[in-house]
Amino acid sequence: MNSDKITIKGISKGLLVTLREDSWSAGLRALETHLGANPAFFRGGRVALDVGAQDLSISDIEEARTLLVRHEVELWAVVSTNSFTEAAAQELGLVIDLRPPRPRAPEATFEGAALPSEEPLADGLVVRRTLRSGQSLRHPGHIVIVGDVNPGAEVVAGGDIVVWGRVRGVVHAGALGDGGAVVCALDLAPMQLRIANHIARSPEGRQQRPEPEMASVRDGKIVAVPWYSGE
Amino acid sequence: MEARVITVTSGKGGVGKTTLTANLGVALAMLGQRVVTIDADVGLRNLDVMLGLENRIVYDLVDVIEGRCRLRQALVRHKQLSELFLLPAAQTRDKSAVQPDDMLGICDELRGQQDIILIDSPAGIEQGFRYAVAPADEVLVVTNPEVPAVRDADRVIGLIEAEDKGPARLVVNRLKPALVQRGEMLSIPDVVELLAVELIGIVPDDQAVLIAANRGQPLALSRNSSLASQSFHNIARRLMGKDVPFLTLHEPSVFERLFGFMSAGRG
Repeated sequence: MNSDKITIKGISKGLLVTLREDSWSAGLRALETHLGANPAFFRGGRVALDVGAQDLSISDIEEARTLLVRHEVELWAVVSTNSFTEAAAQELGLVIDLRPPRPRAPEATFEGAALPSEEPLADGLVVRRTLRSGQSLRHPGHIVIVGDVNPGAEVVAGGDIVVWGRVRGVVHAGALGDGGAVVCALDLAPMQLRIANHIARSPEGRQQRPEPEMASVRDGKIVAVPWYSGE
Repeated sequence: MEARVITVTSGKGGVGKTTLTANLGVALAMLGQRVVTIDADVGLRNLDVMLGLENRIVYDLVDVIEGRCRLRQALVRHKQLSELFLLPAAQTRDKSAVQPDDMLGICDELRGQQDIILIDSPAGIEQGFRYAVAPADEVLVVTNPEVPAVRDADRVIGLIEAEDKGPARLVVNRLKPALVQRGEMLSIPDVVELLAVELIGIVPDDQAVLIAANRGQPLALSRNSSLASQSFHNIARRLMGKDVPFLTLHEPSVFERLFGFMSAGRG
């Protein structure tokens, strides 16, 4: 993968994908490779494309939009330093200026709910609230949640997921392909736990006292190991 | 004094929103409050039946919104309680006839004349839910101690928080103490732990609630007839800021019967 020519980061209202390929068709191919490699991370998301100084026509941008729609991703903005490209994007009803009306730090997407005050760093996001059913949190870096992840909620991170609370919903760490990602929680009983492309369910009928656990991939399987003080 | 607007909602249908609204309306009126209940379930109205006012409706909510009558003309006074009113839903229209701003306007007009406005929200999280919650100062979320109902309540509480209407307060309806004791039903602590909101009422499962609703005579009209009636009155008093302990709902065990422990804390 041309990881130096295509970069992805979390911004307000979605993901920002920066394409720095020599040609548009090469850029689209790189994007397609990325979308195909990490379908779970992108699906249902919104993307803004930063295309640099490339001169793009309406049909060029339409092509990108079609590609994204095929992977169930919405294109909502195109950022460019080229005024013809900007005009073409506007013609298609896309946003061309990502700066929010008031200056604020970039945020990760928070679908199904208004954004609370989070202070994300470049590759980490701290959320101090409980994620309820129907709420979904996606971030390309690590995610720390101070609160619970209730059944029906979904957390998808490119990196690790750490929850200071109960996990009952679906969590997906390493969603961009990092099999070394981990999920830690004070009480880890998710509906489903995914790391990269591995999937595990919680054991049925678990009734013991909850204990802190860390899940990671070992020998191709997701394994949760309890944490004991003093070890 | 400005009236408080309290919306009763749940997400899932059939958990007892309308029953709670009717009985709370009655209980609050019996506490001397001037109460208007609004049936926001346009197209599927029920609150009029439960309050026994079905045959007195002349105008409805949509008539008010579309200017066919004044708000005062659409309010139906309760037969026994002179300070309890109903603003009925339209039955021949659907939810698209009402916008959030319409509900804001109606509530603003009522605020000066009433103490409490109780809105019975439709099930779901679509338009009907949105306009029912729009004017709310407070929200009561009703759930049953069942996994699907609790899941939907969680979803709705999240939406209410997102609209800055939170924190919602919780009513657990239709608790079957015997099932809880046998570990076959979610217990109150289970529900409260998951939803993490303040509990304002527990209503035991009681056929008398249903029978009373069928007759159009909400159970709360006879205050001490049953634990369910008492629990409605207790919710009303808690809404008025009183500190009322929760009822003891479980069946006393043989052990407790023998030693008379059941006498502690009933009521």
